Amino acid sequence: MTDGFVTASGVSRHFTPSLPLGERIVAAFGGAVERRSVRAVDQVDLSLRKGEALGLVGESGCGKTTLGRMIAGILPPSDGALAIAGEPVMTCGASPRKTTTRVQMVFQDPFASLDPRMRIGDALAEGPIHHGLVSKAGAVAYVRDWLGQVGLEPDYVSRYPHQFSGGQRQRVAIARALAMRPDVLVCDEPVASLDVSIQAQIINLFLKLRRELDLTLLFISHDLGVVRHLCDRVAIMYLGRIVEEGPTHEVYADPRHPYTQALLDSVPKLVLEEGAEVRFKPIQGELPSPLAPPPGCHFHLRCPFAAERCAVERPTLRPVATGRRAACHFAKTDLNIITGSSSSPAVIASGAKQSS
Amino acid sequence: MSAPLLDVSGLETQFPTRDGVVRAVNGVSFTVNRGEILGLVGESGSGKSVTGFSLIGLVDAPGRIAAGSVKLDGRDIVGLPNDELRAIRGKRISMVFQDPSMTLNPVLTVGDQMLLALRAHERISAGDGRRRCVAALEQVGIPDPGRRLDSYPHQFSGGMRQRVAIAIALLHKPDLVIADEPTTALDVSIQAQILTEMKALARDTGTAMIWISHDLATVSSMADRIAVMYAGRIVESGPTATVLRDPRHPYTRGLLDSLPAIAQAGEDLASIPGTTPSLLKLPPGCPFAPRCPRAQPVCANEPPLAVEGDRTFLCHFPLGVRA
Repeated sequence: MTDGFVTASGVSRHFTPSLPLGERIVAAFGGAVERRSVRAVDQVDLSLRKGEALGLVGESGCGKTTLGRMIAGILPPSDGALAIAGEPVMTCGASPRKTTTRVQMVFQDPFASLDPRMRIGDALAEGPIHHGLVSKAGAVAYVRDWLGQVGLEPDYVSRYPHQFSGGQRQRVAIARALAMRPDVLVCDEPVASLDVSIQAQIINLFLKLRRELDLTLLFISHDLGVVRHLCDRVAIMYLGRIVEEGPTHEVYADPRHPYTQALLDSVPKLVLEEGAEVRFKPIQGELPSPLAPPPGCHFHLRCPFAAERCAVERPTLRPVATGRRAACHFAKTDLNIITGSSSSPAVIASGAKQSS
Repeated sequence: MSAPLLDVSGLETQFPTRDGVVRAVNGVSFTVNRGEILGLVGESGSGKSVTGFSLIGLVDAPGRIAAGSVKLDGRDIVGLPNDELRAIRGKRISMVFQDPSMTLNPVLTVGDQMLLALRAHERISAGDGRRRCVAALEQVGIPDPGRRLDSYPHQFSGGMRQRVAIAIALLHKPDLVIADEPTTALDVSIQAQILTEMKALARDTGTAMIWISHDLATVSSMADRIAVMYAGRIVESGPTATVLRDPRHPYTRGLLDSLPAIAQAGEDLASIPGTTPSLLKLPPGCPFAPRCPRAQPVCANEPPLAVEGDRTFLCHFPLGVRA
């Protein structure tokens, strides 16, 4: 996929813990030492069109934050390339640096990302002044304008972070990211720590900003309801890989990957009938350790449709319908041209052969 | 109907601070029947957790229960001496907290701390105790419980740790379990497993439950009755589905409208303006009035408690009621 505005191609990120002293000594003398690394993100391809909002969904430890940080240029990838409008997000080499201000990030905990001893006005003006977006003289008016844009009083410029509530702090964090005039905004669980009524206010703010600023939005969340509300497309991650992606309403209505299906079934829904028998269909088992993920398809140990092939062969993320991809050997597909013989859900367990 | 298991009346819990008295729980009354699940919902700072702590005397000094009673089978347990409270805690009323890694002792094996919990209330041999612990872990769906008994809490995943905490809470077959956001820290797939299991356990053992949560969807799938808290008060209560389908209090309506699940994708959510009031300086009268679309000058007076069949609400201008 190269037609996207934001592209990640073959991106991986491995974390290797440093060895304990004893093992380092053994290694220095040429001994065999096992180094296990976590593949937080494992050969991910992803692209966003300009102005699109993509929801990145998954459970904790699936790598969605790591992928988001790489796209935002905070974390260099171990492998693969990230680009915005064809330009790389970071330099290569031993000490990679972010080379663009076109992407900015909003974090989950706005209190941790604001300097408690810096006035909001100064915190917001720091980046734009440094990058020459605004002169020092014009900075105050510039910041006041952005505070107004996110629904805060412009007079708050002289306040400190502790004088704000959680929802207001998140607005400040959004204003700070936007003050850099980015094309792309990466939001990592921006509403997860907020109360329901405040969460709704921030979601409305994102809807307004998208309409007004033509932002491209990568929205990382574990909340499927919020993603459905806000995002045009959704990508589901499981243990470092994207297992399914496509237009949000289509994926929710007709999931093609068993994990997506299971995730959707796990979400509690508002029950409005008396005595309604509520049944969840929980996914069996637990998330495997990312240090030693199962071979083949990472989900096969918990998958009700798993066959022998799933334990051996990694499924590729392949097209299953117009604009939709799924990484499952037995995913139902509407595109006969690609697979030759399309497999309907009825033949899921029988294991339709396919070579691509 | 027989007398309720738990009868809470006019409960007030306060915390004196340098800036004044925080009225965290401000006149809360409710009952829980045997085998019933009561959902206590509210946003952060609404006093739902402090209500839970107050019920079993877990309010740390300088916080104190300033007024009200908590009757367990007709006996008031507020202000009981500590040793009498200890005889109730864990035995008749137990609690499950949000973060299991904070409630389990990291330097004891799971089996050791379960045995301690057992021996807090009964004399039991090590062998019998171990058998009871294995059965308890099995009940909450922990695979290979005999071996897991010798593991330390850090060797369990988050979901499994919460299962251990639930198993400990159920060890003495209590009459009431207070569950304070027990699935909030867990992933949805694990949450679904725990919700299913806890509901089945409550039904099988006849244990009543107070399910404290900010999440209306999980409460609606668990609770028989619901109580909605705002600024230290229960503003509305009644059968869960009835209240959520047809709320009387504008705050309940506002919470429901804030959920993205109900709104049309891409449209603005009907959010509640403003933020929750500081518990230090509560406005006179209805605490929700400053954010309420229906507020009138009279809302500065104390709202009346209306009773309508098995529902109650605290509002001058309730929804869906003809004057």
